[in-house]
Amino acid sequence: MQFSEQWLRSWVDPSLKSEQLSYLLTMAGLEVEETTAAAPAFSGVVVAEVVEVVPHENADRLRVTRVNVGGGELVQIVCGAPNVAVGLKVPCALPGAELPGDFKIKPTKMRGVESNGMLCSGKELGVPDDVDGLLVLPSDAPVGTSIRDYLGLDDVLFTLKITPNRADCLSIRGIAREVAALTSSPLTEVAIPAVAPSHDETVAVTIAEPARCGRYLGRVIRNIDASAPTPAWMRRRLERSGLRSVSAVVDVTNYVLLELGQPLHAFDLSRLDGGITVRMARDGEELACLNDKTVRLDPGFMVIADDSRALAIAGVMGGEPSSVTPASRDIFLESAFFAPEAIAGRSRVLGFGSDSSFRYERGVDFELQRAASERATALILEICGGEAGPVSEALGTLPQRDVVRVRPARVNRLIGTDLSDDAIAAILGRLGLPVQRDGDAFAVRAPSFRFDIEIEADLVEEVARVYGYDAIPDRVSASRMSMLELPQDTQPRAVLRRKVVARDYQEVINYAFVDEAWERDFAANTDPVRLINPIASQMSVMRSTLIGGLVDVLVANINRKQARVRLFELARIFVKHDGAIAQPEKLGGLAWGARAPEQWGIKSERVDFYDVKADVEALFAPRRPEFVRSAHPALHPGRCAEVRIDGVKVGVIGELHPRWVQSYDLPSAPVVFELDLAALDAVERVSARPVSKFQAARRDLALVVDEAVEAGSLLATFAAAASPIVSDVSLFDVYRGRGVDEGKKSLAFRVTLQDATRTLTDDDVEAAVRGLLDAVAAGHGARLRL
Amino acid sequence: MTNVDAILASGLTALDAVTDLVELEQVKARFLGKSGELTGLLKQLGTLAPEERKSTGAIINQAKQAFEASHNARRDAINAQKLEQQLAAEALDVTLPGRGTSAGGLHPVTLTLERISALFASMGFAVADGPEIEDDFHNFQALNMPADHPARAMQDTFYVEGGDVLRTHTSPIQVRHMLTHGAPVKIIAPGRVYRVDSDATHSPMFHQMEGLWVEEGVSLADLKGVMTDFLRRFFERDDLQVRFRPSFFPFTEPSAEIDVLGDRGWLEVGGCGMVHPNVLQNVNIDPERYTGFAFGIGLDRFAMLRYGVNDLRLFFENDLNFLKQFN
Repeated sequence: MQFSEQWLRSWVDPSLKSEQLSYLLTMAGLEVEETTAAAPAFSGVVVAEVVEVVPHENADRLRVTRVNVGGGELVQIVCGAPNVAVGLKVPCALPGAELPGDFKIKPTKMRGVESNGMLCSGKELGVPDDVDGLLVLPSDAPVGTSIRDYLGLDDVLFTLKITPNRADCLSIRGIAREVAALTSSPLTEVAIPAVAPSHDETVAVTIAEPARCGRYLGRVIRNIDASAPTPAWMRRRLERSGLRSVSAVVDVTNYVLLELGQPLHAFDLSRLDGGITVRMARDGEELACLNDKTVRLDPGFMVIADDSRALAIAGVMGGEPSSVTPASRDIFLESAFFAPEAIAGRSRVLGFGSDSSFRYERGVDFELQRAASERATALILEICGGEAGPVSEALGTLPQRDVVRVRPARVNRLIGTDLSDDAIAAILGRLGLPVQRDGDAFAVRAPSFRFDIEIEADLVEEVARVYGYDAIPDRVSASRMSMLELPQDTQPRAVLRRKVVARDYQEVINYAFVDEAWERDFAANTDPVRLINPIASQMSVMRSTLIGGLVDVLVANINRKQARVRLFELARIFVKHDGAIAQPEKLGGLAWGARAPEQWGIKSERVDFYDVKADVEALFAPRRPEFVRSAHPALHPGRCAEVRIDGVKVGVIGELHPRWVQSYDLPSAPVVFELDLAALDAVERVSARPVSKFQAARRDLALVVDEAVEAGSLLATFAAAASPIVSDVSLFDVYRGRGVDEGKKSLAFRVTLQDATRTLTDDDVEAAVRGLLDAVAAGHGARLRL
Repeated sequence: MTNVDAILASGLTALDAVTDLVELEQVKARFLGKSGELTGLLKQLGTLAPEERKSTGAIINQAKQAFEASHNARRDAINAQKLEQQLAAEALDVTLPGRGTSAGGLHPVTLTLERISALFASMGFAVADGPEIEDDFHNFQALNMPADHPARAMQDTFYVEGGDVLRTHTSPIQVRHMLTHGAPVKIIAPGRVYRVDSDATHSPMFHQMEGLWVEEGVSLADLKGVMTDFLRRFFERDDLQVRFRPSFFPFTEPSAEIDVLGDRGWLEVGGCGMVHPNVLQNVNIDPERYTGFAFGIGLDRFAMLRYGVNDLRLFFENDLNFLKQFN
């Protein structure tokens, strides 16, 4: 809400500077977003009357004028404005004046003719208007008066951010009431005498929705001149509130809206067919609105209708066919109270709102309609002439204001103060919330303009706000301290993140909504969770895999000439599951480029599946996940594995499918992984075992097997067949070539044997190793390489 | 027996001339070997008279010991010299870069989150989490925002098919936490949140952190104390000016915006307030017995302030040149 400080000060004028007033409002919860001067600084400009205009002897475009600036003698000024004419009242900068842009006025000669000042345009004074040339002032402007005073330019425009609970502050009157309460300054209400009717014509009003329309006042005003100009003072206040002047009748309704906070609407009486009914719209009923939009209504909307059609959307906007035009002679003026619930949400459905709907959905003072109607009638008669009829009033159900109890002890307990009962009562009283003692509490009945006083906490807030948040102490009560839980079966996220970082991955954060194509390509997901209102088509579905985002970041960084990219992201994914949406957290990773950063001592080799597998193994350590050949839509079918813990799938790892390498324009394939965070979170607390004091024996076994035999299957067989003294079997070499037949490979294992109670004999070791060899010979056709 | 002195003198001269261990042993053999010159003298002792044999033997033995001492000294010297040469030859260019792999790094928003979490953990706040696709109840209704409430317009909401929303704030986490854990409760809840908005200062996805402390006797003064303490610790400025400005949120009352005084005036850093009694009732906590405060801060905004980042979008472009600065 924007308003003029001068207008506000005509209601309440505390001895505060503009900046102090701004701070006061902000700290009372009416945040001042911006203050701007109504005009830039300038001086020495007065109202002048042009008395004489003659051509300049040396210049076709210049004229020599003599103007009256109130000093007795006429002043000669050379002027180039096209609209200069005898009799005009215009602003005149006298010698010594300083205009915006550091422009100083001195006596001078223009093309040989003396000029003692400058006649000014609006633009030159920093108050632009539509006129080409001098700013033309009304003919009754007093000559010699400072133009700043005459136009009220020493004004400041305040822009307030009013929170939804404070609809009562969406008017000059409301803000003035608040300022008066905060500063204990007197409030000067505008006097609103009732306009005596000069005829008895009325329009019958029926409220068919009494719960939604609590009051509807109508008044017929006849024989107006709707084309009369809006007076300058009113136009100025409207403009300084951010509204353009439209026509006298519309300007008056807007003026009263700003001044008192009551939305009004005027209909052209000649366009009305019979009486007025406030009813719900019929399904499909159409209305051409004042903003040139035609809307199809439904019974969710309330309308103001005559006997044949809807004329206006109640509380939101009038209709074009019944609007007041410069040719209108008789009008019907509406001043109504609509319940907030009846208007709330309507503008969202329509896609447009208005100053009226903004106020109605937040709450308009339900005792204000008559005063607003009288005020608007008086202004219309003053500006447009005409004859007012009687005010007719139809009533529905008006809001009830229940008594709210507030306990001073509760106030102090909630805000941490030690305020006396009297202090609390005084604060509430200043806000127009008079209190009555009721046992250990005060009883308060909220006035009709407040829609945010329903429970005790609402009053606590009022006390806190006016007492001042600054005055409330900062302290932490000596409450019972307790330590946080630190479960050892859960790995803190910060620890996991650092493990990933230690493996040389850089964390990234991607949007959760992605291009639908990514879902198709990287997850074969044809039924992703869709957004109804995405901000862009390439951000229209929720991701079910982190891989798309990682590949996208890779592409962007390759374009920025990065030669080695290693990324990870920790985030939720979204998958439809049994009619609901599952949202598990995942850790996604991607490695592309050289295995190690470019350096002098290590041969540059491209990162491969096994490098990244080691990273995944490190993240799960000391648990040892199982890697099982599998297929995944994003990954190379021969270079992809499912990661399992205790036989349960917890992730996937593999090289990006060559198809996507090509279509996403990658120079080579990255290796990616995606793991369940829940599986990484779970860790086991170590339970210590005794360490054997007896020497361990080692045997190396080189086994030749068919190429198709997986190392993991041999390890599994070893694990199953191992006697208790076999403490570890690990693979340390893979060999193909001379000495090993085509189609075969040699896998070398180191077997460690140890007993907790004695030193092993050669016989013990031989027997154990033979057991291992027999098992893999039988299971996989493995034979010792000789 | 001047012969002994002459032989010893020639032996010592020969040792002095030696430069390597092989030669040294050859010289030793020449004098002390089986047919060495000093050995030869000893062999001749038998031919002497017994009284002469004793004195001459002593002289030869002295010469032999002198030779051996000199031999040992020479050997140590040659070894020392050899070691020195070897060490000189093995010298490295210690200025060459170290070899091996490097480490990655965390996103600045994560760094900020971890820092804030650590500060709140020191005051006993635990971390809670919740889903990002939320239902209307948890995101709005339980937080005192019924359908069509004008406050809903304060947050432009993303809707997913089926009617759920992308959570517009982290506040639904407090609802879920209170429903499952009851009171007292003392948590922070960081996470991604979503609003239909995109420009230099708004991202359609950003990070918030909710805080909630509900316990008997918690007041607005505690809220001011905790938040002021937090802001001063976070920015490491004991003189940081903090102000609490009345505001409106449907789920707190009284409510406040928190501003800190920066170089260019007051800067809004978060919203807070005393938990609205309706919210407590919605999660089955007795508002007469328990009171509490909640706050919400923008993690991205804190990261921007802390690290001097002026464009929010940089956090989501994932340019490695930008991100690696924080490693």
